[in-house]
Amino acid sequence: MSKELIRLVNCSMAFDGELVLDNMNLYFNDSEFLTLLGPSGCGKTTTLRIIGGFITPTSGEVLFDGVRMNDIPPHLRQVNTVFQRYALFPHLNVFENVAFGLRIGRTEEKEVNGKKKKVKVRIPQEEIRQRVLEMLEVVSLKGFENRRINELSGGQQQRVAIARALVNRPKVLLLDEPLGALDLRLRKDMQSELKRIQQQMGITFIYVTHDQEEALAMSDTIVVMDQGRIQQIGTPEDIYNEPKNAFVADFIGESNILDGIMHEDYVVEFFNRKFKCLDKGFAPMEPVDVVIRPEDIDIVPKEQGQLRGTVTSVTFKGVHYDTIVDFKGFKWLIQTTDYHPVGETIGIILNPDDIHIMHKSQYSGMFGDYSSYSEEYEEMDDVTMLDEEEEGSSREDGHEE
Amino acid sequence: MKNRRPLFAVPYVVWMALFVVAPIVMVVIYAFTTAAFDPTMNNFTGMGTYLSIFTRSFELALIATLVCLLIGYPISYMMAKEGPGFQRIATVLIMLPMWVNFLLRTYAWMSILENNGLLNQFFSAIGLFDLINGLFGTDIQYFRMIRTQGAVVLGMVYNYLPFMILPIYSVIVKLDHSLTEAAQDLGANSVTVFRKVILPLSLPGVLSGVTMVFVPAVSTFAISRLLGGGTHMMLGDLIEQQFLGGAYNPHLGSAIALVMMIIVVICMWVMNRFGEGEEQAVML
Ligand SMILES: Nc1ncnc2c1ncn2[C@@H]1O[C@H](COP(=O)(O)OP(=O)(O)OP(=O)(O)O)[C@@H](O)[C@H]1O
Ligand SMILES: [Mg+2]
Repeated sequence: MSKELIRLVNCSMAFDGELVLDNMNLYFNDSEFLTLLGPSGCGKTTTLRIIGGFITPTSGEVLFDGVRMNDIPPHLRQVNTVFQRYALFPHLNVFENVAFGLRIGRTEEKEVNGKKKKVKVRIPQEEIRQRVLEMLEVVSLKGFENRRINELSGGQQQRVAIARALVNRPKVLLLDEPLGALDLRLRKDMQSELKRIQQQMGITFIYVTHDQEEALAMSDTIVVMDQGRIQQIGTPEDIYNEPKNAFVADFIGESNILDGIMHEDYVVEFFNRKFKCLDKGFAPMEPVDVVIRPEDIDIVPKEQGQLRGTVTSVTFKGVHYDTIVDFKGFKWLIQTTDYHPVGETIGIILNPDDIHIMHKSQYSGMFGDYSSYSEEYEEMDDVTMLDEEEEGSSREDGHEE
Repeated sequence: MKNRRPLFAVPYVVWMALFVVAPIVMVVIYAFTTAAFDPTMNNFTGMGTYLSIFTRSFELALIATLVCLLIGYPISYMMAKEGPGFQRIATVLIMLPMWVNFLLRTYAWMSILENNGLLNQFFSAIGLFDLINGLFGTDIQYFRMIRTQGAVVLGMVYNYLPFMILPIYSVIVKLDHSLTEAAQDLGANSVTVFRKVILPLSLPGVLSGVTMVFVPAVSTFAISRLLGGGTHMMLGDLIEQQFLGGAYNPHLGSAIALVMMIIVVICMWVMNRFGEGEEQAVML
């Protein structure tokens, strides 16, 4: 079992009376790679700043190893931060930026002759040099030691910021969108590099990103946030396969989200049809959100399909085609490696494990509809599909009640 | 193409030529000519006589600059840490004395520092002199404050302090707060943050503050005459005498001014080199 390092208890943060974090409860385990994931302004940086000690929560507690840390200033906390906007020292060169923390040294409690004393531990020059150069090599900035900060590109600055924090070998590293300024290739390289460093050095990473792919690829645990509230905590697989609400389902990957009714355990109805699923524990006839991932849908000839629809748009995405299919006015996104031309009528088959059921939430009806995907076909549809659409919407209204 | 100056730079060039270059050229011409405008070096040969005035001027200016720095830096630093409302009020308060005429301000100090001035009257009123006389058996009626070098330095500090505070303040207030946070994050306590981040980054402000105080302080006049009682003549007074006083000799005055200017420029150059060196030193 891994040990708990940091815990936020009922943490709320308000700026000028405006609630930015709403009653956060979260713990961080030793050597864990935890990602805070959410849209811009949801409070990710604010959460990091509370842990780093730059702001004190309006209410609630921050515990390190079970000790209340609310009023401990940043320089006495065993965490280091990679800041969202780097915050590199402009008067120092790359080497000195990275060496900054090492030169300060830490005060440690040591037993001297049986008495506890605070001792300032200074690192020898040669060791500082070695560690800095080593770390610069890790972030592929070898040979940049003497550069000034304003002579670096954004991506290089970002890597200096990473090196400056990592070189101190903190117990916990806070990273605020540390790869935001890098191009795709370098980003992927740095992702695996960071992951490797994290595992090798056994550091707890608290990682902030709004890139869901990055979160899925790197994390042990993902915390999905929105509007200052935690929406779901889980492993990447959990979050992807068992999203708790429409927000999570939509934010993590693409999803088709439709209204359904849970008839009984393992049976859900949507589009006037009953489907087998793997979910249970809902109230009989409970209105629910049904999530179907675009890549889970199998396209079959129209005679064999459980549902039948018309292709309204196809976009080539490299590995697959994003195919928008119209089912009685409700448009689904289907990702398929086979090409189906616009206008073709196709059938689809949904297996029980392709269907995921969620309770209704404040986010229901806000996401998961691909109707706006292709405007020009929408207009054409309006004429022919009018009746059916009206029928569809009234039925959906029924589900809401 | 490359050397073509934009049209809107013309007024600036004219201005510079008229009010900066022309006076310097005139000073140089006067310095190297006689009253009949024949070329001569005679104006410089007697310069040694004024050595004591030169040393005193630079000494007092240096002291005044250091005092300004010692008082001004903490004030600037504290101002920059306060809220915007406080900063506005503080800026106005610092600027306020500058709206009063320079001579008037200095006369005001005279009446404060006079042997029977406000300060001595105050000391006498609270019985300070009685106390000292009672304790030490002396017979002091007043503290001699006016007509001392201290009074001259005080006058200069009072007059030039704003020129130290404002540039330093404007540099510190613009410093990115996230740099402070980054330093704290890396284990720096507030002293270390100041020493390793704020101080080196505020050096440009210090340099321009020192320049803006030192240069006028060297050439200051009237202050030494009014507060120093004429016994502590400074370069500014010496030059003034050559132009307005009984010793009328603008050619000698120009020569003195030129020598002073050259020394000041050398001082500034050395200091700027030193400033750069400082930055480098922090880096290594
Ligand atoms: N010092 C502050 N004063 C007032 N409001 C603030 C302050 N800091 C943050 N906020 C507000 O708090 C909310 C959350 O901000 P935060 O920086 O945590 O977002 P974020 O999740 O990091 O977003 P992003 O992905 O854009 O960086 C925002 O609405 C922001 O405007
Ligand atoms: Mg942020």
